Amino acid sequence: MIRKLLTIALSGTFAFSAHGADYDATTQAYIDQLTSMGLPAPKENQLVHIPPTMADLEAADIHPELKKVIRKGYDLFTNTQQLRGEYVFNNMNCSSCHLGEGRMPFSAPIWPAAVTLPGYRGKNGHVNNLEERIAGCFTYSMNGKPLEYGSDNMLALSAYHQWLATGVEMYPKQPVYGRGFPAPERPAELSYDNGQKLYEENCAICHSEDGSGLRVDNQTVFPATWGDMSNNWGAGIVRLFTAAGFIKNNMPLGQPNSLTDQEAWDIAFYMDSQERPQDPRYTGDIKETLEKFGPTFHKHSLYGQAREKDGEILGDHDNTGEKPFLKPDSIRPRTFD
Amino acid sequence: MKKLPVTLAALGLVTYAGMAVSAPAGDASRGKEVANLCVACHQPDGSGMNLEGGESWPGLAGMNAEYFAKQIRDIKQGTRLSPTMAPFASMLDDQKTADVAAYYSQLEPTAGKGGENADPATLKRGQQLAEQGDWSKYIVSCKSCHGPGNRGAGEAFPGIAGQHAGYIEAQLKAWKTGARKNDPQDLMGSIARRMSDDDIHAVAVWLASQKPGNN
Ligand code: HEC
Ligand code: HEC
Ligand code: HEC
Ligand code: HEC
Repeated sequence: MIRKLLTIALSGTFAFSAHGADYDATTQAYIDQLTSMGLPAPKENQLVHIPPTMADLEAADIHPELKKVIRKGYDLFTNTQQLRGEYVFNNMNCSSCHLGEGRMPFSAPIWPAAVTLPGYRGKNGHVNNLEERIAGCFTYSMNGKPLEYGSDNMLALSAYHQWLATGVEMYPKQPVYGRGFPAPERPAELSYDNGQKLYEENCAICHSEDGSGLRVDNQTVFPATWGDMSNNWGAGIVRLFTAAGFIKNNMPLGQPNSLTDQEAWDIAFYMDSQERPQDPRYTGDIKETLEKFGPTFHKHSLYGQAREKDGEILGDHDNTGEKPFLKPDSIRPRTFD
Repeated sequence: MKKLPVTLAALGLVTYAGMAVSAPAGDASRGKEVANLCVACHQPDGSGMNLEGGESWPGLAGMNAEYFAKQIRDIKQGTRLSPTMAPFASMLDDQKTADVAAYYSQLEPTAGKGGENADPATLKRGQQLAEQGDWSKYIVSCKSCHGPGNRGAGEAFPGIAGQHAGYIEAQLKAWKTGARKNDPQDLMGSIARRMSDDDIHAVAVWLASQKPGNN
């Protein structure tokens, strides 16, 4: 039986990219497994790709040096805390939000970035490559400083992303199945109180009532959902729809899609109404920051708004958490004029 | 939840969904007396016993006191069924439960048995499940709840490394069939129901051969 399992794992060595309705048996089994977890089936014309696993890496016919680099990238992705104090200033690992080692659909699988970049990003208004995309998650989600472009660790981390995309064409024309954190439909009303109640019933056992999560032995077991050890106000997950999509499809851990759409949105509303480190793009004035980044980003978050519960203006502070600076110098415009 | 002194938690100053409130503080020296009732199965050093083909007695040495007390309460109330343990649990009032839990939590953790003869392929699969999980079946790694080294995380997630293979296997199967369902929010049941019997065996023998202890 064990041997049989291994064979199944190895048969994914070459990644599949199927389209249309007739999937091969492996892809169909993959889709069936996901839909049995309550995740939606691929829509017509969506690209379905099964990223290779670490077991596939061991079996792959590539240079041993490259294997080493990809293994290092995997290690950095799943234990990003090894960069704590230099590049990471909160309790997150990359895999804290990108579940299943960055391979799970509906948990922002990371490989699509490798085949769609360089590309234009609305968030910073210029063309980004894979390294700059990774730098983005360091800057905001990790409340940190990006690895230097071209450095050993950046090479390893991007190699892991690219290797997961093995077999997918560059700039695919089809939309990617399960990309990002697709949000359930937004209900008419959102309730802070109901969100709080649901959070305490379903989430606090791991993330704690005050959102601080749990660390054991200097390692993160349960990441912080808000507060100094969480992502900052510039991170994608402070957008309500992103948080709702993340929660609906991934939480509570091991029980995706167990919450209703209304419940996922209420919890997202409650969670994203709590304080966290300042947005690195902060100009020193919340109104001004909101004017600059409201139209592209903060119109989806509660940043700069009065919290329903107590009228507290969210994000109106200079707190950068454990990070001894506000803005890493990676945040800069690029123009080709 | 942050790790808090046993007494604070036992006093009911800390709560989370699914955890009963206001238990008395435990006294380990009184607990040592109570443990006389338990040594026949759980052994004087708290190491329990792996019984091939029979019902294993779990090791209790070093177990988190809150988790320990919750299990006694659950067995007493019948939310966790064990014909073997039930008569002994029913001898313990809240004070004795807290005392004996405090006593066992202070014993030196002992090694798990039952993994000695496992073949390398089984151990490899077991390690994968414990440390990486198998996302193709949505089996989340054990360590993502049971903490670094699978030696526990807070009072809700017990250490399972260094526990006897027979006991781990029996518990996972009990969750899978629905015989055990005293876990908060069905967190453990959701995972166990996705595991094949071979996977359950593989992870049990691997965990049994790991360093025991409680974080
Ligand atoms: C706090 C949660 C969080 C953490 C931690 C995090 N990310 Fe992300 N990541 C996101 C969100 C949100 C998105 C945007 C998803 C979307 O498109 O809606 C994203 C997107 C990405 C993408 C682009 C995926 C695509 O579809 O193009 C990559 C690549 C990525 N992250 C890499 C990383 C890396 C590397 C790390 C660790 C250094 C990391 N992320 C840590 C939340 C996080
Ligand atoms: C059994 C423990 C557990 C429960 C219950 C749980 N989570 Fe999580 N959560 C985790 C773990 C572990 C991660 C990180 C994933 C990883 O490391 O594999 C995580 C990640 C997250 C993240 C992304 C990282 C961060 O901290 O911002 C958010 C947001 C989150 N959970 C919200 C929730 C919400 C909302 C609920 C309740 C609906 C919930 N979780 C229930 C364990 C849990
Ligand atoms: C006749 C043998 C026997 C005796 C005596 C006994 N136990 Fe047990 N105990 C067991 C068995 C068997 C189990 C496993 C029950 C199951 O399978 O659910 C168990 C389980 C437990 C558990 C749960 C452990 C876990 O990991 O969840 C605790 C706590 C416990 N016993 C404490 C005690 C205490 C305290 C005493 C003495 C007052 C005692 N036991 C006496 C056989 C015994
Ligand atoms: C989503 C969180 C979660 C994951 C993942 C998880 N567990 Fe658990 N597990 C729990 C909780 C919670 C309990 C405590 C149940 C209780 O309070 O009675 C538990 C208890 C157990 C116990 C009983 C311990 C005892 O002393 O009686 C065993 C054995 C166990 N888990 C094994 C595993 C294994 C093996 C894996 C990986 C395949 C795993 N768990 C993954 C949440 C989890």
